Amino acid sequence: MRMSKTLSKVKLPYLLLLPGFLFLFTFFILPILNLAQTSTQTPIAGGDTGEYEQTLRFANYIDAFIENREQFARSFIFAICATLLALAIAYPLAYAIAFKAGRFKNILLVLIIAPFFTSFLLRTVAWKQILGEEGFVVPPLRTFGIISESTTLTSTSFAVVLGMTYNFLPFMTLPLYASLERIDPRTMEASGDLYANGITTFRRVTLPLSMPGVVAGTLLTFIPAAGDYVNAAILGNPNSKMLGNVIESRFFKIVDYPTAAALSFTLMAAILILVTLYIRKAGTEELV
Amino acid sequence: MTKVKDATIPTIPVQARLSRWFGRNLIRIYAFFGFTYLFIPVAYTFAFSFNDSGKSNLIWKGFTLKNWQNPCGAPEICTALGNSIKIGLIATIFSTILGTMIAFAIGRYAFKGRSTSNLLIFLPMATPEIVLGASLLSLFLVFQINPGFWPTVIAHVVFCVSFVVVTVKARIASLDPRLEQAAMDLYANEFQTFRRVTLPLVAPGIAAAALLAFSLSFDDFIITNFNSGTLTTFPKFVYVSAARGIPAQANVIGSAMFFLALAIVIAGQLISKKTKVTK
Repeated sequence: MRMSKTLSKVKLPYLLLLPGFLFLFTFFILPILNLAQTSTQTPIAGGDTGEYEQTLRFANYIDAFIENREQFARSFIFAICATLLALAIAYPLAYAIAFKAGRFKNILLVLIIAPFFTSFLLRTVAWKQILGEEGFVVPPLRTFGIISESTTLTSTSFAVVLGMTYNFLPFMTLPLYASLERIDPRTMEASGDLYANGITTFRRVTLPLSMPGVVAGTLLTFIPAAGDYVNAAILGNPNSKMLGNVIESRFFKIVDYPTAAALSFTLMAAILILVTLYIRKAGTEELV
Repeated sequence: MTKVKDATIPTIPVQARLSRWFGRNLIRIYAFFGFTYLFIPVAYTFAFSFNDSGKSNLIWKGFTLKNWQNPCGAPEICTALGNSIKIGLIATIFSTILGTMIAFAIGRYAFKGRSTSNLLIFLPMATPEIVLGASLLSLFLVFQINPGFWPTVIAHVVFCVSFVVVTVKARIASLDPRLEQAAMDLYANEFQTFRRVTLPLVAPGIAAAALLAFSLSFDDFIITNFNSGTLTTFPKFVYVSAARGIPAQANVIGSAMFFLALAIVIAGQLISKKTKVTK
């Protein structure tokens, strides 16, 4: 009796995991392995478009990278710009909610996630129209001579970065808020009592204590930003295409599965390497 | 002489006071601009839902209520919306059940392979959506499954599960273990303790996770675009019509979703406040 009870207790966590992990194995691990397998295929000689065979051609990776190195670089530059901008906007925002909002704290938190509820595509298209020729930004800027008659704001890299910053801002703000909110205000008071001024207190007390939030927020912004192609498709131009745009068109328009797979893997590997380096450097291992 | 003195003396404190006020409220002013940035496109979308625009909703042509009276007026739009809601509900149910079970296993038990399990949960979140979408599509193609409704549901469950696990796990971690010990001390067996103590305490976390899963699924475009084939969802409808101008009905639906979700969140907060008071 007791034997069977302890045995079932040992088994219980595995039983709880089983359905979910079976699902994730079938529809997450298996597809990734299959994608890996696709990435080294080559077209069948004399076959139709979209017919490939396994030839273990690892040079696919080199070809794909060289052919698309510009979009590759752009993906990472845009994603880093958007992440830094989002951090600069979100940190004071999270700080204000955590320490200055008083009884409005919960309402302001809801307002941070509220824009999520309008479809993100609608908001991105709204930016396109706001920044467009007939929006309410460009005409006044032209009248005051801040931008020239020929300058446009849409179809630029600037608009793509702005759109990405906007899209991922809540992902940055929420973890920042979560870690700022946990800081005991007395640690900041103590720093003040020890004659540190506001800047020193921030630099030596608040910022280090909020580092887990900074790391989580930057990751949650950077990862989707690097793989994004919607902002580039709606707000950009042919010269601001990102890797996501290439993968999408390889899949759907050119039916070049091996290149799309190789690019996907390169993107994923690059992100994982950057993220690992970053977490090491930031010294917060307990993210998951 | 005295007049000049009188005039200059008060101006210094005013300036000083003004700059001090500015210094003290700098972060609030900054936050105000931050929120403005967040809400400009939302306000724009809402305003243009009242535009008497005809087919393309690009320029303001006058106020009308007819878009709100007839939200299904644009072709295909309500089919797309219906698909999004159906996919969202099914994906939410499955991912909440699977994710909650995993969260209990990881959050409650020390077992061999726990850190590997954590990694398996983290990986889908660290994978760019486009890779998730593309890899699933290539699997479906191998098994000659046509993209469509069920492939899309499966794809949504894949990326929602991890978010459910993280949300529910956080709630489990914040539980006071003494509450369960107290139940056991009062001769509740394991199952009774779970049903009467643990589950009600974790329930708000599960509800939050379900809400998160639904909004992630409803709003998803990239993964859906890869796995839905000819099926239209609301985000796909917006993306496709963006090229030639979005009908104002899309703005109506977007705004309505916004207010509906806001109402649910506020109601949830009020309920949790009320239960706290009664306790």
